[in-house]
Amino acid sequence: MGTDSLDRLARATPEGVARRVRGLSDRTIAWIFVAPSIFLLLAVNIFPLIWTIRLSFTNFRVNRPNNDVEWVGLRNYERILTDPDVWQTMQATAHFLIWTIVLQVLIGFFLAFLINKKFRGNDLWTTIIVFPMMLSPAVVGNFWTFLYQPQIGLFNYAVTFFTGGDPASFSMIGDVHLAPWAIVIADTWMWTPFVMLICLAGLRSIPDSIYEAAECDRASTLRQFFTITLPLVLPFLMLAVLFRGIENFKMFDLVVQLTGGGPGNITTLTSIDLKREAFEKWRTGYSSAYAVILFVTVFGLASIYVKALNKVKER
Amino acid sequence: MVAASALPALADGHGTELTLCWAAWDPANALVELSKDFEEKSGHSMSFEFVPWPNFADRMLNELNSGGQLCDLMIGDSQWIGGGAENGHYVKLNAFFDEKGISMDDFIPATVTGYSEWPKNTPNYYALPAFGDVVGWTYRKDWFDRPDIQAAFQEAYGRSLTVPASLEELKDIGEFFQGREIDGNTVYGAAIYTERGSEGITMGVTNALYNYGFLYEDPENPYQMDGFVNSQGAVAGLEYYKALYDAATPPGSSNWYMGENIDAYKSGQVAMQMNFAFIWPGVEADPNVGGGKSGYFPNPAGPAGQFAQLGGQGISVVAYSEKQDAALEYIEWFAQPEVQARWWELGGYSALRAVVEDPDFVTSQPYAQTFLDSMAIVKDFWAEPAYADLLIAMQDRVHNYVIAGTGTAQEALDGLVRDWTETFEDEGKL
Repeated sequence: MGTDSLDRLARATPEGVARRVRGLSDRTIAWIFVAPSIFLLLAVNIFPLIWTIRLSFTNFRVNRPNNDVEWVGLRNYERILTDPDVWQTMQATAHFLIWTIVLQVLIGFFLAFLINKKFRGNDLWTTIIVFPMMLSPAVVGNFWTFLYQPQIGLFNYAVTFFTGGDPASFSMIGDVHLAPWAIVIADTWMWTPFVMLICLAGLRSIPDSIYEAAECDRASTLRQFFTITLPLVLPFLMLAVLFRGIENFKMFDLVVQLTGGGPGNITTLTSIDLKREAFEKWRTGYSSAYAVILFVTVFGLASIYVKALNKVKER
Repeated sequence: MVAASALPALADGHGTELTLCWAAWDPANALVELSKDFEEKSGHSMSFEFVPWPNFADRMLNELNSGGQLCDLMIGDSQWIGGGAENGHYVKLNAFFDEKGISMDDFIPATVTGYSEWPKNTPNYYALPAFGDVVGWTYRKDWFDRPDIQAAFQEAYGRSLTVPASLEELKDIGEFFQGREIDGNTVYGAAIYTERGSEGITMGVTNALYNYGFLYEDPENPYQMDGFVNSQGAVAGLEYYKALYDAATPPGSSNWYMGENIDAYKSGQVAMQMNFAFIWPGVEADPNVGGGKSGYFPNPAGPAGQFAQLGGQGISVVAYSEKQDAALEYIEWFAQPEVQARWWELGGYSALRAVVEDPDFVTSQPYAQTFLDSMAIVKDFWAEPAYADLLIAMQDRVHNYVIAGTGTAQEALDGLVRDWTETFEDEGKL
């Protein structure tokens, strides 16, 4: 705020308020402005986090307000970390995360590379590609459920048309081996455009002069790609991976709509499992411990990743 | 039972607005229609909060657990009664029933045990039986009656194609129809419950388990489950359900519950449909499968007897409601024989014996006799306060074996005993 603005603000301040404000130090005024935000942060983020950690050491159930709450120490943590079903959901989540990120980055970057070329209808294609991202995950889940239907699903028809299989015996979401891929495909369809947009921003941020200089040095297209394009887009790519990683770690609605976590529990991700523990079984203490473990995992991985991202940006 | 002449006493003119919470399904629409009579006679107005079945438990149990005052009356699922009573969500109705002369002896015994009592088999009532429901079967009578299909079945199985008398016969019929061409369409055997997310596969598989010898606990020793949940008979029942799923269900039916089964049946995909009885009025009214094209039969017997999974709900007064007096008036009105008779006419399933034991009842609808036969053989899932833990464990174990094909039936049920034992240990009951 400029000096003129401050003067105007001072003149506009009612005398009573001005009297009270006069004599306050800059630090006090700064605190007055910052305090509401700090209060909100404490109330909405920090207090619930501390409370969750506290609950994680108890057997509290929110649906049993009349029961005595017992301090159970590390029992909840021990149960979670020794439960093979929890490890199965962790595995399912890791599978989902890795494959969606790999596919979305590869396809998204490729699409961005194509869209970045100047050609007729460029904007129209961008809009068409971005369209899936605009839909709600629940709608996308429903939509893909139909596509995967053995009898009427277009996806099933296409696959069996090319493989010569029987559509009625090919079930993407009913087969224990195919169901994880069914959700990877649907998520990739939906979120690749997001990665594409980030990559596109990266590609368009590279000045043409660098390529012109490379042309003068007679660098091949491949060489230009690996020495100019890829290194300069890499921070953007890493940012896309971070965003998609965090988003997909908490993926819920798309999977619930598509498979309900099945068949069996092959597509039960940690978010679905946690929701069941917390809001279906009402094991509040146990689910708090589960949430703390997930929080530490994500926070730890994200911190390491952000450090790596900063290093790449500094290069 | 309350006399009709008591009704004018209901109208005290204070005009309270009551909110009734239930699932969003056909019977709820019938209840809206029925309740107009209550509004007229009592001077109260009714509003309704209906939630689709897949979200019903989440939404309503959240409401109860948070002490919410949205619902004055709750038609909660039968499994909720233990939690509703022990956690103080529902008002205990014994004194009110005594005062108003409402006797539980006037209702079908299974519905009183299933929907109203906690602890089970004790005279402690937290709900009035509101909607009697049970898993049964619907079949394409028009297909069963066709001479060409009859002949083909006779040739394949050496007997007539009739309503199955046993679960094994049901599987034979399912296999017979599986992939068969009828009127140029490929059809399949049966739509059964396989849903993973809420309670679907449990509500389905129990219809096989019970009939093969599964028991929830040692009848002599409560909460002792080893040898009962995972008995040889129970294992055979679970293997049967998997065999039925593998051999006689439509492709892609790995996550089906009530809605999907109705769709498959009405669209002519399947010869038989497992479903709760509430769907039968809708089947009769459907232009494709109604009007005599469909028939109904109770869950067939297995080697260890004939049982069927209980559905349905009781109506309770929510303890957090500030309008409990008016809510109790609604229950008093709802319990009247004339109202219950009208309830049946509108498509609601009355649990009042005066209605179902009326000589004209069995001929009042094509499915009326099947409803009666089915209600006579019901068993219900745990109604413990921890029912959700117990249900989710069963969903996981059973889906893993039946749909995903992981492990054996014995392993699945042994695992279920471990899960349930842990739950009851946590509950302090073991």
